[in-house]
Amino acid sequence: MRLKIIIVLTILTGITGSPSITIRPEVELVDNKQRISEQQNLVTETDEVVEDVMATGELNPNHYPAQRAAKVVQHYINTLYGSPFKVFHLHRVHSGNAEDVADSGRKYQLEISVQEMISNTSGKCSAEVFFSRGDKQHSPQVQVMCEELLKINTTKEEDAFYQHLKKNTSLLSAEYLPDSHGHIEPDMKPLWHLASVASSFIMLNESTQDTLFNMAQVANVTQLATESDQLKFEYLILLHEMVSQEIIRWKLLVSWCPPEGVKVLQMEKLPHCHECEKPPNTN
Amino acid sequence: MGEITNWMDQIVKENPNVVTKVDYGKTYENRTISLLKIGSKSASAKKAIWMDCGIHAREWISPAFCQYFINQTYKTDPKMEQMMKNMDFYVTPVLNVDGYIYSWTDNSTRLWRKNRTPGPEGCECLGTDLNRNFDINWGTLGISFNCCSIVYPGKSAVSEAEAQAITDFVGNRTDEILCFLTIHSYGQMLLIPYGHPNVIAPNENELVHKHKKTTCNTDLCLAMKKVHGKQYTVGTSPDILYSFSGSSKDWARLQGIPFAFTFELRDDGTYGFELPEDQIQPASEEAYSGALHIITHVHDKEFIKPTSTAATVAAMLWTTMMAVFVTSTVIV
Repeated sequence: MRLKIIIVLTILTGITGSPSITIRPEVELVDNKQRISEQQNLVTETDEVVEDVMATGELNPNHYPAQRAAKVVQHYINTLYGSPFKVFHLHRVHSGNAEDVADSGRKYQLEISVQEMISNTSGKCSAEVFFSRGDKQHSPQVQVMCEELLKINTTKEEDAFYQHLKKNTSLLSAEYLPDSHGHIEPDMKPLWHLASVASSFIMLNESTQDTLFNMAQVANVTQLATESDQLKFEYLILLHEMVSQEIIRWKLLVSWCPPEGVKVLQMEKLPHCHECEKPPNTN
Repeated sequence: MGEITNWMDQIVKENPNVVTKVDYGKTYENRTISLLKIGSKSASAKKAIWMDCGIHAREWISPAFCQYFINQTYKTDPKMEQMMKNMDFYVTPVLNVDGYIYSWTDNSTRLWRKNRTPGPEGCECLGTDLNRNFDINWGTLGISFNCCSIVYPGKSAVSEAEAQAITDFVGNRTDEILCFLTIHSYGQMLLIPYGHPNVIAPNENELVHKHKKTTCNTDLCLAMKKVHGKQYTVGTSPDILYSFSGSSKDWARLQGIPFAFTFELRDDGTYGFELPEDQIQPASEEAYSGALHIITHVHDKEFIKPTSTAATVAAMLWTTMMAVFVTSTVIV
């Protein structure tokens, strides 16, 4: 008995005497590079297959399929309800569901929260987004139902701004909204908001399941003289497409007046500007 | 950039016991790539945390955050002091110096992303996307071999001087470096490599559970949300953003560094890359909270928790057996 105890105690001493054990997660050594590369390739292939499977049925609201579809809803809401004093932004995706529709495309059902940026109010929306598949690529079709959010009253501000510009003898113009430091002159903010709304028409048209658009910057805006009730602006807008990371330039002719809302009269995608440098004789 | 370099020199001057500047590479245009090594001096090699900022020129909030982080390290905070004794912090405020300087030229260059290496012969464009240039599944996903593309991965893996600098420095220290953080914008996300668990504390199961009142699914997200209410999504790139190859964080993980994160800072698309100046401070504060959460876990896992548990258990057993031995001796 005593011998056994001595042996046990000796063993215990051995354990306590040993160097402190550091537990680190499994470390993959460079030797395993080949295996890991294979694993990664495998993950890639699986990923594509999984993507098709995952994007059907209940969706993880944090994952990109639901997020991209929800962004499309943001663009759609802005085309219908946006103004120089009302701009909506996707706040959160609460839940989502996707299903294939025969061979024609994929339909998403989403519960989201949307925020109106100027009044800083948010509300919930239920939406459906349909992306078509096949040769004829149409822009996504959206249906949405929101709570009170969309009925925010901005009539006073809109009318005041409209009247101010109508009475003004000079035409407004501006460039780089925001500027490099994220700054926008308060007077110019309505023009920046108007650009966001006008961009939403483009971003809505251009969106697919493989894109995520935001407006990066207004390169320039010039107010045009009109004889109608509408105010007219020519914009050069830079969009940022997240998946390709590209900056895409669009020229837009936009009209607005409070009763009729924002309209895009003409749109033109400009060629990629690799350096966008000024002519050689300027510094 | 000049301001940043001067500031780095000043930090070294003011804190010579704790901070050294290490020049560890040159850019294509032959500018120096430097980091600050921060930690209490030690005779032997220490474990370390790596952080780099400004891989992508237009993501200006990123270099701002590295500077904020550096400022926080040498302040008197008992936990940070302990961590600085046990670990060094290698922080690179601007990796893509050429691209960053170019993005400051004027309004038309603000949205530049790549470095400034000329394209291959016959190409009218220049620049390589440094975060597609690392030697991990190079040139396979989320890239374009059109040299004008903004995600052009370079003419070969690690062809770029800036990527080479990290590859060499970190590559020579993979046993030392516990954690690799690379800072980007925008999107409000924390990206982890393929198959890596999204956890950062000893008891993993405690972290990855749903918090009922928030939409955060990890404690890391919660820690950051506490600061200013902004939500950062944690997940793998393929899940929450898009798939891509050749990234620095994937390469770091391949080298065996167990914790590799890409931070995508503010905002979520309203201002995008041109984050307003009044958001620099709050964006840095919440990012710091996230970084600290990860770093504290990495530190504690290495230096505190496992050792104390083993020692406690062994001590308990020893005491019990001694008691039994003494008792049995007396009786017998």
